[in-house]
Amino acid sequence: MTLSTRRIRAVVRKELREYRRHGSVVVATAIFPLIFLIQPLVLVLMVPSAGSATLEQWHVLLYMLAIPMLTPAVLAAYAVAGERQQGSLEPVLTTPITAEEFLLGKALSALVPSVGIAYAVYAVFLGCVALFAQPAAAAAVLRPPDIAAQVLLTPLLATFSIWVGIAISTRSSDVRVAQQLSLLADLPVVLVTSLIAFDVIHLTPTLAVVLTVLLLIADVTGWRIVAPMLDRERLVTGAR
Amino acid sequence: MGDGDGRQDGADRVDPPALSVRHLSKRFGDRAAFEDVSFDVGRGEVFGFLGPNGAGKTTTVRTLGTLIAPTSGSATVAGWPLEPENGVEIRRRIAVMPESPGLYLRLSVLENLELFADLYELADARGRIERALRAMDLAGRACDACGVLSKGLRQRVALARALLSEPEVLFLDEPTAGLDPVAARDVNELIAGLRERGVTIFLTTHRLEEAERLCDRVAILNTTLRSIGRPDELRDRLFARTLAVRTLVPLPEPDRVFSGLPAIEGWRGDGRADYVLTTSDPDAAAPSVTRALVAAGADVLSISESRHSLQDVYLELIDEEKGTAPR
Repeated sequence: MTLSTRRIRAVVRKELREYRRHGSVVVATAIFPLIFLIQPLVLVLMVPSAGSATLEQWHVLLYMLAIPMLTPAVLAAYAVAGERQQGSLEPVLTTPITAEEFLLGKALSALVPSVGIAYAVYAVFLGCVALFAQPAAAAAVLRPPDIAAQVLLTPLLATFSIWVGIAISTRSSDVRVAQQLSLLADLPVVLVTSLIAFDVIHLTPTLAVVLTVLLLIADVTGWRIVAPMLDRERLVTGAR
Repeated sequence: MGDGDGRQDGADRVDPPALSVRHLSKRFGDRAAFEDVSFDVGRGEVFGFLGPNGAGKTTTVRTLGTLIAPTSGSATVAGWPLEPENGVEIRRRIAVMPESPGLYLRLSVLENLELFADLYELADARGRIERALRAMDLAGRACDACGVLSKGLRQRVALARALLSEPEVLFLDEPTAGLDPVAARDVNELIAGLRERGVTIFLTTHRLEEAERLCDRVAILNTTLRSIGRPDELRDRLFARTLAVRTLVPLPEPDRVFSGLPAIEGWRGDGRADYVLTTSDPDAAAPSVTRALVAAGADVLSISESRHSLQDVYLELIDEEKGTAPR
């Protein structure tokens, strides 16, 4: 199967234009990063030097991996259900675009801002910690392996979240329901990253590699799994 | 876009039809959306698809537009068999304007058209967009967000979008639904312009006068196809041709005047001094009727052929199915 990059680019460009003009989308995508920035930031900045040992046990940066999970979920959930609700899906489906091209365009347009926002929030967090935290606390947080894991896992988790969100969006006729279900579906993964962050699940190099490989497989196969779910007939007739 | 000035009667065209439908049916569970529908639409023809709400018109458009898979039967759309593997090729050659324009309201007119030019991978997208905007008289609104446009203007944008790819077959699903008379007239004029350019158009509509004015042939659907033909053919098929005669005062002996006249098959009174004469050839009958009336000393006010509208045909067919069949 050949994919048309022009059609994929067209969908991405259209989506990004719509995000920019859609105030509620901007607000919805800003909420989770703020929540997951403020909480660890307060924790690290308030900890006294004597308490830095606790921070060494934790992977505070990994706690922030909830951002690339939850931010794109909102955007991805809108991808199909939103178009369907505003009536713009049918004209698009009557063009030569394939389900794979349409969904790849949707996924990329959710991935780019989500990863961008996540990296921006990390940069703010790291900058604040480096500048304002106790040196011992800063040293406990700014560990190169954690930063590397953060950078690597962010696009992988975001992509996974996007495929889950789009899959739910193809089956939902209501945007709000799609968004709520997408967030719910992402919570188990957020729970795992949080348990790792607080060392309830002890992160070993083997576990890190296994989780990364599993995410990679899910991301690469995700669009193949989701594309058949974009059933034109069901989407235009509302049949279940 | 089409074949120039290539509109022809459906019966004697040489080109392969733009649409060829054979015994096509679509069922949703136990409910038939449409059943055993067969017709051809010639290249450059404007084909009207009429029927009451729920008759299956939109489902037919969606089926021929590859959005819905038929339950049985076959069809060829723009030369391609209607099969799942041909979906992309068919969609390359057609354009569908659904009843709701489905525009991206936060994007400008231009941005909406740019998106669809890219989805069709059109060469010279800029030129085509400019031509479509000019054709729909939208050049001055290109940078306006679609959300601020009136319903009539949105329909125009949707038409411009449908024309971008210069489709072999253009499906218009209720293009004037919900428009005020002025906006509906404007859209109809645009469709008439496309007709003159030889675009093959498959038009579903509730507005019978619109179908009568714009369409070369019409089909009347009520789950099954009730009738198909040129509007005048349908009239002739359903209604006897008649002459309406009005005199100043009632004729004392109308039977003596009308009986035995050439080409007159019967007559009946239709009011105080009005008479309806059944004839197979109104042109041949009218002079002899005039002469007979003058010879009888009648003061003739008018003699005219009774015209049945497409609406009469439509109502006749739909009522017939309900079993009421008023004539």
